[in-house]
Amino acid sequence: MIKIRNIHKSYITGQNSLHVLKGIDLDVHPGEMISVMGASGSGKSTLLNILGILDNYDQGEYLLDGLKISKLSERKAAQLRNKKLGFVFQSFNLISFKNAMENVAMPLYYQNIKRKKRNLMALDYLDRMGIKEWAHHLPNELSGGQKQRVAIARALITNPKVILADEPTGALDSVTSLEVMDHLHEINKSGITMIIVTHEHDIAARTRKTIRITDGLITDIVNN
Amino acid sequence: MFDLDRWHEIYYVLRSNKLRTFLTAFGVFWGIFMLVIMLGSGKGLQNGITQNFGDMATNSVFLWTERTTVPYKGFTRGRSFDYENSDIRALRDAIPEIKYLAPRTNVGGFNGSSSVVRKLKSGEFPLFGDYPVFNNIDPVNMVSGRFLNDFDLNEKRKVVVIGQRVVDILFEKGEDPINQYIQINGVYFKVVGVFRSKRNGEAAAQDNQRIHMPFTTVQRTYNLGNTVGFFNITSRDGVPVAIVEKKAIEVLKKRHFIAPEDDRAIGHFNLEEEFKKMHGLFFGIQFLIWIVGTGTLLAGIIGVSNIMLVVVKERTREIGIQRALGATPAKVISQIITESVVLTTFAGYFGLVIGVGILEGINYLLDHTGINTEMFLHPGVNFNVAVTALIILVISGAVAGLIPARKAVSVKPIDALRYE
Repeated sequence: MIKIRNIHKSYITGQNSLHVLKGIDLDVHPGEMISVMGASGSGKSTLLNILGILDNYDQGEYLLDGLKISKLSERKAAQLRNKKLGFVFQSFNLISFKNAMENVAMPLYYQNIKRKKRNLMALDYLDRMGIKEWAHHLPNELSGGQKQRVAIARALITNPKVILADEPTGALDSVTSLEVMDHLHEINKSGITMIIVTHEHDIAARTRKTIRITDGLITDIVNN
Repeated sequence: MFDLDRWHEIYYVLRSNKLRTFLTAFGVFWGIFMLVIMLGSGKGLQNGITQNFGDMATNSVFLWTERTTVPYKGFTRGRSFDYENSDIRALRDAIPEIKYLAPRTNVGGFNGSSSVVRKLKSGEFPLFGDYPVFNNIDPVNMVSGRFLNDFDLNEKRKVVVIGQRVVDILFEKGEDPINQYIQINGVYFKVVGVFRSKRNGEAAAQDNQRIHMPFTTVQRTYNLGNTVGFFNITSRDGVPVAIVEKKAIEVLKKRHFIAPEDDRAIGHFNLEEEFKKMHGLFFGIQFLIWIVGTGTLLAGIIGVSNIMLVVVKERTREIGIQRALGATPAKVISQIITESVVLTTFAGYFGLVIGVGILEGINYLLDHTGINTEMFLHPGVNFNVAVTALIILVISGAVAGLIPARKAVSVKPIDALRYE
């Protein structure tokens, strides 16, 4: 599903160049659920951003679902993100003035799906997440766990190939974290590939494979 | 294309900071409002002043006599002279460019008036001896009866055409003056027509107290021999009256033994030149109005652009989320431009409507309170100008949104997402 070879990435700030990724090779097979661990500054978020086509890389090769991802126009990148990828963020990133249902329906809006149809689909996904009764509430009326479930529903609605989760439980208490992980497991069982960046060992332990990144290189791959 | 989500977002953005939206919109509102008010007032001024000309042929020239200032052919300087009936033929024959030639005499001299009596009422009114053709040069509205005609002139009939004001003073209310007799300087004349001026204000009041009499009748009744008071001449269409003016002065100088270099013996006034000067003035006023008006409008639009920049900055993260979820740059740009266009168009439309409303209100007051000003009449803006202004607004709204929109998509999605 995902195949990267010798990926390099530097950040240039003024005169200084910071070499963050120093040649990463990684294969993720369809339906896999892997976690990426590493200290802050190790480059794990950068890797996730490159995988999510939110950022570009300097050198190497990236194949997503057989497609070569390099030097895409922003338009093409946006379309690929919309169709193939789903994002779950630590800080939820819901739109504050849209209710839960509208937030979930947003990716479909960019596919020009009719409002009625996409709202029905959004309700269906909220139902699967068990928060259908909150569909018409604004994000600031929801608890952290509820917000993250809305975000997961939003990531799922386009039926993506891969879900990329950046510290999905980072802002949640341990009980809610477990619930959210249950949801992610369920999604993975339906065949969607999942990559989770985390620094919590118990979260990483619940994935099938853990990749450890240290100083811009993969240093360890553990099968849990 | 009706896209509820897009409008929802616009509504949210504009509502989220009501004061800011209001102030921004006010800039544009004020710009277009001032433009409309100024253009309308300029139009009112122009209408008012052109109305003072009535329907007077603007390609006309007046020629009267002064004293000579240069000795010539045995005559001393300071000699006074009069135009004569024979000059009429001579001018016609020598100058083919003449369209209308109206010899006139003001009984009692320039601005002189004659005493007029009817039964127990009396008044002082200016009396003019005229050719019927005068009504082609400076037309009046006939209230009843008719203007002078060629029969009156040829038969030297004792008839007069009088202004409405003369009727008001000499006749009882409701009395029909037609075919009644009035006594002018001791002689009785029959009233054959009543007219009202086409001018406005003070100029109209002066016109309405005139009395017109056949030119020949005046000469015979008041012992003027064959002298002509002054000429009022218009040129053929397309010919500048200045050419006629120059030729006529040459002809008259020759006929009255005036030195060719004597510039002051023949008094002349070219209405066309005055008219041109005035048009220049109106053009200048309009030009100034457009500069000031569009400047104000521009300031408003720059305000919109600035605010859109702030809005885009505030929403960087939100736009980042949208892009992560699949919003293409085109979608983001069109969203921001729509917001900007909506804001400017709404504000501009209100400015336009309120501006036109105020002009119409002034118009209504002028028409219904009877305030008759010489300087101001029917203020208003051309429909085309209003539509043009609206189109300019929409376009400039789009341009105002373009810079912030480009800024919004110039940020990498990841940087937008990380923005706090």
